[in-house]
Amino acid sequence: MMDVKTIKKEQSKTGTKVRITGAEAVIHCLLAEGVDTIYGYPGGAIMPVYDELYKFQDKLHHVLTRHEQGATHAAQGYARVSGRVGVAIATSGPGATNLVTGIADAQIDSTPLVCITGQVARHLLGSDAFQETDIIGISTPVTKWNYQITKASEIPEIMAKAFYIARSGRPGPVLVDITKNAQFEEFDFEYSKCTAVRSYNPVPKIDTEKLQQAADLINSAKKPFIIWGQGIILGKAEEELKAFVEKTGIPAAWTILGASALSSSHPLNVGMVGMHGNYGPNLLTNECDLLIALGMRFDDRVTGDLSTYARQAKVIHFEIDPAEINKNVHADVPVLGNVKDALEQILPLLKENKHESWHEVFKAKYAIEFDQVIKNDLYPEKEGLTMGEVIESINEASKHEAVIVSDVGQHQMIACRYAKFNTSKSNITSGGLGTMGFALPASIGAKMGAPEREVVAIIGDGGYQMTIQELGTIFQTKVPVKIVVLNNEFLGMVRQWQQLFFDKRYASTEMTNPDFVTIAKGYHIPAVRVTKREDLKGAVEEMIASEGPYFLEVMVEKEDNVFPMVPTGASVSDVRLS
Amino acid sequence: MEERKTFTISIYSENSVGLLNRISGIFLKRHINIESLNVSGSEIEDVMRFIIVVNTTETWVRNIVGQINKQVDVINTYYHDDEQTIFLETALFKIASHLLFDERQIQNIIKESHSDIVTVARDFFVISKSGRRDEIEELYSKLRPYGIMQFVRSGRVSVSKSEMHISAMLRAFQNETV
Repeated sequence: MMDVKTIKKEQSKTGTKVRITGAEAVIHCLLAEGVDTIYGYPGGAIMPVYDELYKFQDKLHHVLTRHEQGATHAAQGYARVSGRVGVAIATSGPGATNLVTGIADAQIDSTPLVCITGQVARHLLGSDAFQETDIIGISTPVTKWNYQITKASEIPEIMAKAFYIARSGRPGPVLVDITKNAQFEEFDFEYSKCTAVRSYNPVPKIDTEKLQQAADLINSAKKPFIIWGQGIILGKAEEELKAFVEKTGIPAAWTILGASALSSSHPLNVGMVGMHGNYGPNLLTNECDLLIALGMRFDDRVTGDLSTYARQAKVIHFEIDPAEINKNVHADVPVLGNVKDALEQILPLLKENKHESWHEVFKAKYAIEFDQVIKNDLYPEKEGLTMGEVIESINEASKHEAVIVSDVGQHQMIACRYAKFNTSKSNITSGGLGTMGFALPASIGAKMGAPEREVVAIIGDGGYQMTIQELGTIFQTKVPVKIVVLNNEFLGMVRQWQQLFFDKRYASTEMTNPDFVTIAKGYHIPAVRVTKREDLKGAVEEMIASEGPYFLEVMVEKEDNVFPMVPTGASVSDVRLS
Repeated sequence: MEERKTFTISIYSENSVGLLNRISGIFLKRHINIESLNVSGSEIEDVMRFIIVVNTTETWVRNIVGQINKQVDVINTYYHDDEQTIFLETALFKIASHLLFDERQIQNIIKESHSDIVTVARDFFVISKSGRRDEIEELYSKLRPYGIMQFVRSGRVSVSKSEMHISAMLRAFQNETV
């Protein structure tokens, strides 16, 4: 049992204790944390909690996914659109291990999740009991924190701590494993939210001296360049980013997970960095004199070869997680702390600027990219359909207001490159882990987390088949997600690498696919297949206009490639246009 | 290439089950071998202290310490090189008792090495030696020709020359109003 001195809690509102079971306590904890929807799958070791869920179904919506992996991805989708903690629940053994991919995805993409797993009774722990697995050991490297509860009396404090840790500082997944005896036991329940943990400092204090140093560098830079990441979205700093960019006039680019924090149409938004990012932002990373990183972690897919990355530039790194400072790229001025507060505090120290000639350089690079890549992707003259024109049709039909949930591969890069966003928290994708199968279940959670918004899942034919069973969840819940499968009958991104780097030896990348339209119809989801350009626009409009869930398959050119491209290990200066 | 050195990592943490696993995983991920590990109480009640010795570059040890530090149950983590710490290891040698009488030289070895006789039984006796690794290794090499029945060496224990301010951090937590 944890020492009470190690955490701080809110004053209990009721001050009264009620005698209930551990299982019922779990539900009360979730309700006290404001949870309205959870995703999961029942099984032996979690049955007492499910029995309570049955009693509380008017207050807590449980969504039965068709696989526990789907539960974690749905919880991630919910968390990413809403900024709230996503909750997934599963039984012990295989139920718990099936959560692991989603947990790892949430860990690397800093998504707040609380995962609850059932566990065999305390007296059976370590005995290789039926459906016993060491989920604490298994999940340790991919969780922000985890804990095994073996007596009911631990439940309120551990659940409070779990939610606090998941959402505070740099968010992440927390797993709470609850033995079956603890679910059955009765105890005197009282709940108060956790407000601090003594060994944990989620938000470092901002050093005003560093802010001044950063401001001096920004004010004197001739060719400054901003790269923002998901930290802006997680830190709710979209307005501060906009004010910062507009006052300083600095060209600003985004990482995949940072997309949508600043409107796509904003004149200072110069596009995406990284392996398939825009030409100018990649190339000019190595020409700027000051690189301002805002809530991003210099992932290798962003930087390419580190030894040639932005070596000419001074680097200012705004970051909440001290472990990210100097991890990959040396920061001349690290600004630790909450990016929202830091940007707000630095704003008065900054001079207004326009950087007009520097913007012209970006515009010139864009013109090259438009001519050699974008034009052919969005307005193709060849016969075969491109992924890019599908995204463009969705942009038009949804008026840049849709939440785009993409899977992993070529279609993901195309979706992130070309989707247009007016609103933050609109680009939901598996960035760090690159989890194929993410999009279909994540779109379910996204639609439930933001029911007022249009949610469009963009998925390749490969990733779609990794979690295709979640069509059952969509059918059962009638959640109105729009599913677009871009079918090139290949594992396209791997095939692209095979073409470029393995002399076109297409090892195990060609897919013989089933009839996806028939499968969708089997789940009573309206389904359409488009094979010709003249049918595309109408089909997309019909999909967006439909009230319920909808499936659209678009047969796209089989061997198209995604460019620009920074090959693995190459410098961002060596970004290829073909 | 950056120079590899011996670093002593000191971790102050809550006493929580599974934290060792979480910490060792950080070394595992980077394929770094832990040279020695010691876990004990510390000068503060209910606060544990890990001493981990690794041989790596300063860049890596800094990154690793950052990643250890962000574990929720870790209060704070520091790293030092050998110049910045006072450290020692302890070894136990189990040796057949008859050697004390058959091999007179052994008594001199024990005396010169400043080791202690822990126990003497009819069949064996046990000596302990605390000190730096090379002193223990020297004693080992001197005793080996006569036959060592059992040998074991502890992980490094170490205190830093500079302050680590843990008590102040914990006091600040107690005093902060939330």
